[in-house]
Amino acid sequence: MSVRIQVTINGQSREAEVEPRTLLVDFLREHLQLTGTHVGCDTSSCGACNILIDGQSAKSCTMLAAQVDGSEIITVEGLAQNGNLHPIQEGFKEEHGLQCGFCTPGMMMTAVDLLNHNPDPSESEIRHALEGNFCRCTGYHNIVRSVQYAAKKIRESKKEAVA
Amino acid sequence: MIPAKFDYERAGSVDEALTMLAQHGDSAKILAGGHSLIPAMKLRLNQPGVLIDIGRIKELRYIKDGGDHVAIGAGATHDDILNSDHFGGGLEMWTEAAGMIGDPQVRHKGTLGGSIAHADPAADWPAVLLASDATIVVKGSGGQREIASSDFFTGFYMTDLQDGELILEIRVPKPPAGSKSSYQKFMQPASRFAIVGCAAVITMDGGSCSRARVGMTGVADGPYRATNVEDALTGKSLDEGAVESACADAAEGQSVMSDHFASEGYREHLARVYAKRAVMAAS
Repeated sequence: MSVRIQVTINGQSREAEVEPRTLLVDFLREHLQLTGTHVGCDTSSCGACNILIDGQSAKSCTMLAAQVDGSEIITVEGLAQNGNLHPIQEGFKEEHGLQCGFCTPGMMMTAVDLLNHNPDPSESEIRHALEGNFCRCTGYHNIVRSVQYAAKKIRESKKEAVA
Repeated sequence: MIPAKFDYERAGSVDEALTMLAQHGDSAKILAGGHSLIPAMKLRLNQPGVLIDIGRIKELRYIKDGGDHVAIGAGATHDDILNSDHFGGGLEMWTEAAGMIGDPQVRHKGTLGGSIAHADPAADWPAVLLASDATIVVKGSGGQREIASSDFFTGFYMTDLQDGELILEIRVPKPPAGSKSSYQKFMQPASRFAIVGCAAVITMDGGSCSRARVGMTGVADGPYRATNVEDALTGKSLDEGAVESACADAAEGQSVMSDHFASEGYREHLARVYAKRAVMAAS
């Protein structure tokens, strides 16, 4: 049996026939070649596979592609706009928020979800928001600073837009 | 890890889901948020022939005031419960427990109905349901019935849910005036499942405890109400010494689990410590 699904991924509508057992992360990586979303633990603990589904962060290794039929999905490939880095990507670069980089896409998607709902998070709120993302290199310190950088940048650009 | 092959059907309503369940019999499994079922299927611990996806059924996703109780639709996510303002007046432990489940991404997808149907012996909700005297409303081809949470959880990944039945709602009675509640747990640091968790609802009348409900999870092969602790608390003024002695046998009569996270003896110790912490926080 196969299931027909339609999803909007990073602003682009995609249709596909998938086996029901196709995991969402495999659909993204194997069918659509969007390999920025990583498979880490494969048990919904590490958050390397985090993406946004209808604006909410979710672990794509623990969902079926069939479940997101009709949804709007944003992956790490959808963050940069017109060749300009998203503030969270800029933050990770400026604040050295990564070493090996494996956890980074998932970290950034979680951070984007946080900043969409809470534009001025405290350090504690950032750390709690990242509780479902594991990094084995950095000790999290620079990741928190990267999120703070992005939060500030987004707040400032909104102020400028109003002015 | 990829699950074994299965067929997929999406139900648009409760009635449609029940028809699909009746049609496929015990080869079918219900898929809600999938955050218990999909991991089990990836490990091939579970190999259903058909998945019936109820994740889009809007009539199952609500939290509302029912007068003397709070009614939670089986499809409400942990995040819905965390962000609801219905859990005051002695039901604070619902918000507390919701915020301790997994992480934000798990809470966005996992549902209350799915968690209790799965009945993981280390899950948080069973302790909270038991301490709440909650009722589980289920529906099957034989009609609708209500199950007391003390009858619902029957053991290791076991519930009273019969083939063809679907959980519709969890009814949480509002505790008497003067009640406070708390959920406390010692968690496994990666999965955040409870190694030991305790939910306590304490009602004070004057200076003494007039009613106590203590639900435990993670300790034994299934969740349980520590009625010996409840009895020992009732009628006492709850100073620290009295609570400590009342909680001394929080694991009494249970077949206590032992695994690489915690030995039997350590779990018994944690049961005492976390029962005390939950009761103290609720009194």
